[in-house]
Amino acid sequence: MDDFSMKTVKGYAHRLLRLFVVVSLAAAPLDLYAAAVGSSDAADTSYYDWQVQDYEIREPLGGLVGVPERGARIASDQHAGNCYACHVLPLAADEFYGNLGPPLAGIASRQSVGMIRLHVVDQTRFNPETVMPGYYRRFEQLNRVAEKFRGRTYLTAQQVEDVVAWLATLHAEPTP
Amino acid sequence: MRPGIAGRLFALLALGWATVGAAETLSGYAYLTPEMQELQDDEFGNPGQLTVDQGHTLFAAAGARRQSCSSCHGDGGSDLDSKRIASYPLYDPDHDRPLTLRGQVLQCWAERLGNPPLAYADERALQLETFVRSRARGETVAVEIDENLQPFYDAGEKLYRTRWGQVDIACHQCHDYHAGGTFRGQVLSQGQSNGFPAYRFTTGHTVGLQERITECLTSLRAEPYPAGSEEYLSLEVYMGVRSNGLKIETPAIRY
Repeated sequence: MDDFSMKTVKGYAHRLLRLFVVVSLAAAPLDLYAAAVGSSDAADTSYYDWQVQDYEIREPLGGLVGVPERGARIASDQHAGNCYACHVLPLAADEFYGNLGPPLAGIASRQSVGMIRLHVVDQTRFNPETVMPGYYRRFEQLNRVAEKFRGRTYLTAQQVEDVVAWLATLHAEPTP
Repeated sequence: MRPGIAGRLFALLALGWATVGAAETLSGYAYLTPEMQELQDDEFGNPGQLTVDQGHTLFAAAGARRQSCSSCHGDGGSDLDSKRIASYPLYDPDHDRPLTLRGQVLQCWAERLGNPPLAYADERALQLETFVRSRARGETVAVEIDENLQPFYDAGEKLYRTRWGQVDIACHQCHDYHAGGTFRGQVLSQGQSNGFPAYRFTTGHTVGLQERITECLTSLRAEPYPAGSEEYLSLEVYMGVRSNGLKIETPAIRY
């Protein structure tokens, strides 16, 4: 490599580094914003393995702590959990969109948190013919995933834990 | 008064009938709102009619050998056999694979008319297929499986029951178990093929069965198969048999 092109390469490397610094600084407030509005999309997408005991996943995925308020938003966001598509949810803004799954009001009085977690992670463990999407199924179970979704789960582990945390607050109203 | 043996037997029979009744083959038409049904039945208001007209123009257009589809099949397809149209996919011995109605149109277009071949997914192929199929509107779907088509039927059934994509759902779980249920504000149909090519209300386009399956697979975040692939041909064979007994509705209106 001659002297001229070495200089060019160094110049590019330097410019790239400068660009990186500028972009990181610009992105920092975005991260803060994401944390403030509770978006967990930018969060870590690594796959945390899980174990089933008696139809329950007792340990939170990756030991993560779910935030119920965030879970409610994920459940009703058609670009995230989209639980509305099939379930009636006990949220103020609820409209009727779907009934393929049961209504989720009072679910925490019917099921343990570990069971709720297994439903969200992989409902085929309860019903091999379920129509419920695989929100956190193991990759080896999946077939012909489109390239841009390969190696990713429908919901991140944090999103699963947020939704589970919200569902765990849905206790049945005591009957008078 | 407690029900006697006859009463109980009757109740049991009624229950059995209701269970069997649930498995009755129903066209997607049965799951439309009355307004949508009216739109489908309206020859002038049906937006799929545009594709029929485009196909009609191509049908009458002279090809490289100064002949058109009408030269053999009559003006406006008056000599087409609607019973035969209703029996596609057939078996194509030259290529040892199923021959769909679109495949037949493509063969005629290139081999009889001497035109440059069209891709399976070509818009003109869809328009011609829509026109030809619409000539058999009201005819009863009657796809027959012989020993040659049997392996494709079996492969199609297997694909229909295979989970796909990141969402990980098969055709079967929605359309066999949950037809009549509400999903995303729409009523799920049995996934019958009798109305295809059909005008899709949600996209504003007329689509053939294979394009519709591609849209389903894409929404399941799965990699679709190529148009005209053996997988799609097999699915068309299986779904054709599933729709046997229903009337052709092309151009149907579907969500």
